[in-house]
Amino acid sequence: METAQETIQQTGAKAETSKTFKGTGSQVLLNGLIEEGVTTIFGYPGGAIMPIYDALYDYADKLEHILVRHEQGGIHAAQGFARASGEVGVVFATSGPGATNLVTGLADAQIDSTPLVCITGQVFAHLLGTDAFQETDVINITTPVTKWNYQVTDAKEIQEVLAKAFYIAKSGRPGPVLIDITKNAQIQVEEFPEYIKCNHIRSYLPKPKVRIEYIEQAAELINSAKKPFILFGQGVILGKAEQEFKAFVEKTGIPAAWTIMGEGAIPTSHPLNVGMLGMHGNYGPNVLTNECDVLIAIGMRFDDRVTGRLDKYAKQAKVVHLDIDPAEIDKNVKADVGVWGDCKETLPLLTNLVNENKHEDWLAKFKEYNQQEIDQVITPELYPTGDEMTMGEVLRNINEICGGDAVIVTDVGQHQMVACRYAKFNNTRSNITSGGLGTMGFGLPAAIGAKYGAPDKTVIAIIGDGGFQMTPQELGTIMQFGAAVKILILNNRFLGMVRQWQQLFHDKRYSFVNITSPDFVALAKSYYIEAAKVDERANLKAALETMINHEGSYLLEVMVGRENNVFPMVPQGMGVSEIRLK
Amino acid sequence: MSTENTLEYKTTKADFEGKQEYTITVYAENRIGLLNRIAIIFSKRKINIESLNTSPSEIDGIHRFNIVIQESYEVVRKLARQIEKQIEVLKVYFNTNDEIIWQELALYKVSTDEIAERVTVERLLRQYGASAVVIRKDYTVFAVTGHREETDALVKALEPYELIEFVRSARVAIIKDSAGFHEKLKEFEAVEPGEELVENEFLDKGQKIFTM
Repeated sequence: METAQETIQQTGAKAETSKTFKGTGSQVLLNGLIEEGVTTIFGYPGGAIMPIYDALYDYADKLEHILVRHEQGGIHAAQGFARASGEVGVVFATSGPGATNLVTGLADAQIDSTPLVCITGQVFAHLLGTDAFQETDVINITTPVTKWNYQVTDAKEIQEVLAKAFYIAKSGRPGPVLIDITKNAQIQVEEFPEYIKCNHIRSYLPKPKVRIEYIEQAAELINSAKKPFILFGQGVILGKAEQEFKAFVEKTGIPAAWTIMGEGAIPTSHPLNVGMLGMHGNYGPNVLTNECDVLIAIGMRFDDRVTGRLDKYAKQAKVVHLDIDPAEIDKNVKADVGVWGDCKETLPLLTNLVNENKHEDWLAKFKEYNQQEIDQVITPELYPTGDEMTMGEVLRNINEICGGDAVIVTDVGQHQMVACRYAKFNNTRSNITSGGLGTMGFGLPAAIGAKYGAPDKTVIAIIGDGGFQMTPQELGTIMQFGAAVKILILNNRFLGMVRQWQQLFHDKRYSFVNITSPDFVALAKSYYIEAAKVDERANLKAALETMINHEGSYLLEVMVGRENNVFPMVPQGMGVSEIRLK
Repeated sequence: MSTENTLEYKTTKADFEGKQEYTITVYAENRIGLLNRIAIIFSKRKINIESLNTSPSEIDGIHRFNIVIQESYEVVRKLARQIEKQIEVLKVYFNTNDEIIWQELALYKVSTDEIAERVTVERLLRQYGASAVVIRKDYTVFAVTGHREETDALVKALEPYELIEFVRSARVAIIKDSAGFHEKLKEFEAVEPGEELVENEFLDKGQKIFTM
């Protein structure tokens, strides 16, 4: 009798717990990551996160963990992953220095709206505030650079907090989220309920219900415009609204220019894509910003590198601003019509209400300016006649070889501007760069992540000799995990962008921009990565082909002219129409 | 109220340029760390908080912050949006002084001998509407509730008579044109946001903007 009863009770209990899980906080965390669709984690273990890593040992078939060489590399890799794939990037780091090493990446992801979930270990809850070994106040350090953060001290909180973290990271205007988990919560054993994804937080409105009045007012302005001009940013990509955007542009026939974060949302070769905005953007889009009558900003935030001096920016124009973040509307540039909403929803509504049009005369103006830029800047840069190689001709060769299908990851500086200006993109999520924060050292680790995010694509990391030396340790990650990243170092033996400013604005006082480099080829080879160096134009194309066609990772160093400058340029403090061609 | 008609904004810009006292009211979840998240929005922009009060609201679990700053309309509007953007913040309102009822509480510790001996002190206290909270042999504590000028005026008046200690609370403020947060909260709790959930600040809605 007793035995039978026991059996019944056991089966009953089993049936009840089929969806529950008994285990540690660490296990339930990893289960939650799997529920959220995570397959790849970038991380680095340490004392306070050891229980999670111990659990991870048994999850090798479900979760691929990439051991980076520095937590900053880990978070940049997760950013690259998120940007290339459209998924949430996941990072593990330990407490103290592990967590503080994430800060640059968090700031970068925050300003560039990249969805990340970072898990940091923390000392035991009873040690909080005692200056324990590797204790640091991660929550307060990361508050200004996270969309949300939370410290878990009880394993029972883990599921709900993780579900919230993913929801917050990817909804609305995306951003980085950090969860700090004390060691006791990682080892705490509990009977956990079924994991439930989060789809609502009462104090958080990721996007509003679109109000048709916005759309009507915007359509009215657009339909009455004689010289309308579209500026688009990463919002189009983050909103996965590339098709909706293309339909809007094509129906209205309005010329459209991009911020570097928005590049690739429509192909570079699209006839209505008139080029790049901002400090090193194209001539026409900058000058004509101050001639258009209606400015339609879509998913962009009027960064100062885009607008130049604000009191000389598009003063003549009526402004329509579509954004998912209401704090961006009227922040830098006053909108005459603010369209608050998800552009995936607002753009089709707007497309319905706008008239079909072709602004041929207006578009011709862009072409005129473009011709001037081609003659004075682009041709000399892409087809130089001097002995020294230019960064532009390297990009031209890449375009010829890849045809615009590669994912280009850049670091920060002159090469970044040249890459954004000249690289051809057929596809969205192909230009991965540190836009808002301008983080040198971003390129190499972000390229590793991008390769995991877009495994079928050729991923080329274009990096300067300065930026490469900020995170070269990630060559070790490439070596160990075989990420087939093509690393292209454009070496001008200077911190080129700073040098350019010193030349133009500081009387050529080259203060600490003369940077020396190791033998990059030997360095790569010491990590068993194939490598070569080119210093003559005659060998450039073949070397690039070798790099791109090489199976696996490859490093190519190209020696370019020392004192080449990036033009056009809107000098800081000047209006966009004061852009200089030389 | 802090209203805004974006289409007409440019012509009325002058109205918004000067700095004045604004009371920002924040409805938020009661969570550890949120005060820091809100405070750094000000310090990041090097804006001084003149007065800060946190307290429960009419709804269990929802906290109310009253923050007083001296800034221009434009700055306050942007700050309000940045605060409202924080995940655990439900709603932010900002108001000028004529749009709110507010009070501050001040406590004054004075020597009991002084009051007993000097009639003028007693008269001062009557005049300023003070009430005695504690009376001991050695000292007496008076309380005054009122606006800053009122509590300040009594400090000045008491200075000649051994004001031993003085402290003033942060401002607490009620928005005149507010129907409370109960109805609002229902909208926030709905999984699908309705059109009316958040006032459309970017449309011409006159007085309805930033009101409840």
